[in-house]
Amino acid sequence: MTEKVLEIRDLHITFDTPSGPLEAVRGVDLDVSSGELLGVVGESGSGKSVTFLATMGLLPSRARVTGSVILAGEQLIGGSAKQMRSVRGRLLSMIFQDPLSALNPVHRIGDQISEMLRSHQNLSARDAEKRAIELLDIVGIPQPGDRARQYPHEFSGGMRQRVVIAIAIANNPKVLIADEPTTALDVTVQAQILEVIERVQERFGTAVVLITHDLGVIARVADRVNVMYAGRNVEQGTIESLFDHPSHPYTRGLLASLPRPGKQRLKPITGFPPNMLNPPSGCAFHTRCEFAADICKEDLPTLVSFGDLETACVRARELPKSESFA
Amino acid sequence: MHGLIREFALIKQDSGILSPRQMAFRRFVSHRAAVVSCAIIAFLTIFVIFAPFTARYGVNQSVQGPPNSFLNPRANAWLGTDDIGRDLYSRLIYGVRVSLLIGLASAIISVTLGALVGAVAGFRGGKFDDIMMRVTDLFLAFPFLVTLLVVRNVLGALPWLRPITGDMSSVRFIIVLFGLFGWMGVARIVRGQVLSLKEREFVEAARAVGASRRYIIARHLLPNSVGPIMVALTFSVVGAIIGESTLAFFGYGPQAGDGATSLGILVGAAKGAVQTGYWWLAVFPCLMLIIIALSINFIGDALRDATDPRLDRGV
Amino acid sequence: MLRYILRRLAWSVPTLLIVTFLVYLALRIGTDPVASYKRINPRATRAKVAEYIEVNGLDPNFVKGYFKWLKNFVTGEWPRSIKGRREVWPALKDAMANTLRLGTAATVVGIFFGLIAGVLAALRPGGKRDVFINTSAFVGISVPPFISAIMFQLLFAVYWQKWFGESLFPTSGVYPAGHTGFDLFLMLKFMALPTLVVAIQIIATYSRYMRSSLLDVLNSDYMRTARSKGISERRVLVKHGMRNALIPVVTIAALDVGSIVGGLIITENIFSYPGMGLYFLKSFGEGDFPLLMPWMVVIVASVLFFNLIADISYAWLDPRIRLD
Repeated sequence: MTEKVLEIRDLHITFDTPSGPLEAVRGVDLDVSSGELLGVVGESGSGKSVTFLATMGLLPSRARVTGSVILAGEQLIGGSAKQMRSVRGRLLSMIFQDPLSALNPVHRIGDQISEMLRSHQNLSARDAEKRAIELLDIVGIPQPGDRARQYPHEFSGGMRQRVVIAIAIANNPKVLIADEPTTALDVTVQAQILEVIERVQERFGTAVVLITHDLGVIARVADRVNVMYAGRNVEQGTIESLFDHPSHPYTRGLLASLPRPGKQRLKPITGFPPNMLNPPSGCAFHTRCEFAADICKEDLPTLVSFGDLETACVRARELPKSESFA
Repeated sequence: MHGLIREFALIKQDSGILSPRQMAFRRFVSHRAAVVSCAIIAFLTIFVIFAPFTARYGVNQSVQGPPNSFLNPRANAWLGTDDIGRDLYSRLIYGVRVSLLIGLASAIISVTLGALVGAVAGFRGGKFDDIMMRVTDLFLAFPFLVTLLVVRNVLGALPWLRPITGDMSSVRFIIVLFGLFGWMGVARIVRGQVLSLKEREFVEAARAVGASRRYIIARHLLPNSVGPIMVALTFSVVGAIIGESTLAFFGYGPQAGDGATSLGILVGAAKGAVQTGYWWLAVFPCLMLIIIALSINFIGDALRDATDPRLDRGV
Repeated sequence: MLRYILRRLAWSVPTLLIVTFLVYLALRIGTDPVASYKRINPRATRAKVAEYIEVNGLDPNFVKGYFKWLKNFVTGEWPRSIKGRREVWPALKDAMANTLRLGTAATVVGIFFGLIAGVLAALRPGGKRDVFINTSAFVGISVPPFISAIMFQLLFAVYWQKWFGESLFPTSGVYPAGHTGFDLFLMLKFMALPTLVVAIQIIATYSRYMRSSLLDVLNSDYMRTARSKGISERRVLVKHGMRNALIPVVTIAALDVGSIVGGLIITENIFSYPGMGLYFLKSFGEGDFPLLMPWMVVIVASVLFFNLIADISYAWLDPRIRLD
């Protein structure tokens, strides 16, 4: 069994909003193994981004975080600011959705990479510059020497996202968290970026957490998948198992709602995402679930083994077997 | 971060959907200073409209027989008297009335002119827009008072304008002067708004179904610019009121006969009053000007926040 | 960039000509130079009047007249004032020096404290410090400068004198009457109040600009990226935050500075400070064309110049801006 590089246990994140406390993450357990690509799937509001922002320590002070996050043996929750700064960018990196606004428009590309390098490694300016150019080459930017002297607005969207990736892997982190990295890009460019991520993984052995709402992206690159709903993990397993025999009704609904070739009606999941200020009792999905029973309204379900998957549906065994979406 | 909070907040909206206008109203009302200012201005307006009743004396009436000049505040002259024995309190009321009128009337002129020109310039772009922008840029870059005085003189010297503007010392003249002055600032604001709206899909859609340019401007662009226009209106009002005071301060203000006065004239007299120690002649008109300026500015600021919310700001 | 500058400079010549022509027109129509001359010199002979018209380019034909004036202006043949035949340049030079002194002092003080206030406010938005700074700034820009000038005069000069026997700061002039030579301490004492009045407005304005600009920057995504690199918070704020936030502020500052030269009129009037503003008011009030035109040219040139500086600095600071 490969070692676990990131272990999240019982993570709770609450925000103080003007309308009252909002619990965005309601007890999440999650593991990332070394070198794997973990997909984290969920709708907006499922808490998937917040979970990892908390891991990075990038949430505003107004957020209350409890639980345990252990990265390469270090506990991150409750750590000092100095400790978090040392971890960020060195052991743990994060890239975000919109590459244009993620880069500082008035700094050169090369300098932005060098900054990342020199804040965690003892490099001279010249060495950092050289390494920056190497990194640009690794992520597939042509003429990296010239390009390093340019500014973000001179790059296309896909190129910028590659630069963002280059910055993130500069110090060879153990885990790279990618929050919707392809959502803002054209479909063809999406495929290229995913390919860059895979290439980086192969070369450096970095574990990658890919957060997205797009199942197509997951299908392409993920090793394992975590499905999140209303601030909790509802199912997890390998990509093959999940697509072949999804057990949780939400996962089934997600997979079934994907458009498929042939003349079929689209099958969306009925209902609306839950109001996190006042989520439904028990299993938060019960208001939209076609298999809901009274028992579903009672206690918060936890992840239990179900064959080669882990699922948080208390009725998993009773449900008819799902079709395969493999 | 803010984006996430926003997401969660939006989900909350099963508590009823509000129209943009209602949301703007709510945002406005949450600025307490602006609400208080509205009350103040409303109170003032009503107070001065009913001037014959609220004032204690006529605008040119002496408080008592001589000696009556430069009396400090007392029972029969609440705020003191001026150099010829007239009650400052009453004159202040009449003065504010004139100044508010000037402010409002000239603001309406500026905004109407400015919105039209700005909308057309922003929408059509091209040479017209270019030239207009350079001209207004240059104009606005010059020291305010200099241009004001020069334009004032030019306006007053052109005989064929006389029917519109009246005499150089009339209130009408001042209104026209500020109206003509202010439209440029408004035009820039509206132009900016139109430029950003122009690329939006609903304009494209309107074009796609064959709407004429005039239609698009009138029915799509201008209504969506109401926010900035209202903000421009408030700032034009306060600009005109302060401008009028400034002019009067230097003796170039309205000089209607029969001792009629404006807030500007009263403030202008403050300068002399300082050295001689008749503090009430300086303090009360200045205070009144400050209160009016502050209130209108608060309202304008809140309007700007209400109609162009930046949810990320300082939350 | 160099090409852009050269092109702008080339364009500024016709612009200068057009604008000065418009000014010339406005002054001729608005102040009636000939009538003013006759009013000030009621006993001037017809020959003198004709000479005045000729020397100032006041032909009945505006265009011809303008070019006559222009020729005299650029060759340094500046006609004298209508009052007492004073030379224009010395008076103008002194006025410029005084205003520059006052303006520079106020601007430096104002922008310095304004930026600091804005940064302090933006770092903790919504907090007590922010509310205080914001409200003060708001009051500062709402109160017209002549009001604050009067209030300060009342407070520091008149009443101080009453209470303490001698006014803390003088309220008029550059030096006490009859003083000759250069005395830094005295000069500062006399400049104190007017500088304060102008600086207040500047502090108020720039604290708002800085706060708004910095808040925008602090909320943008690249700040999040910067933080996720694990660099020190101070570096994040300075290298990423401030650097970007200063761009629009600097541009506005460049434009503002351009209008300093003529923009202190009110303050100078109240404090009887003999600068460009007072110069303008006096000569305008009397319709003194020979005094006014050079003044106008200085103003126009300064505005155009600082417009150019503003554009250049904006492009230099923000690589996204392409000048063409």
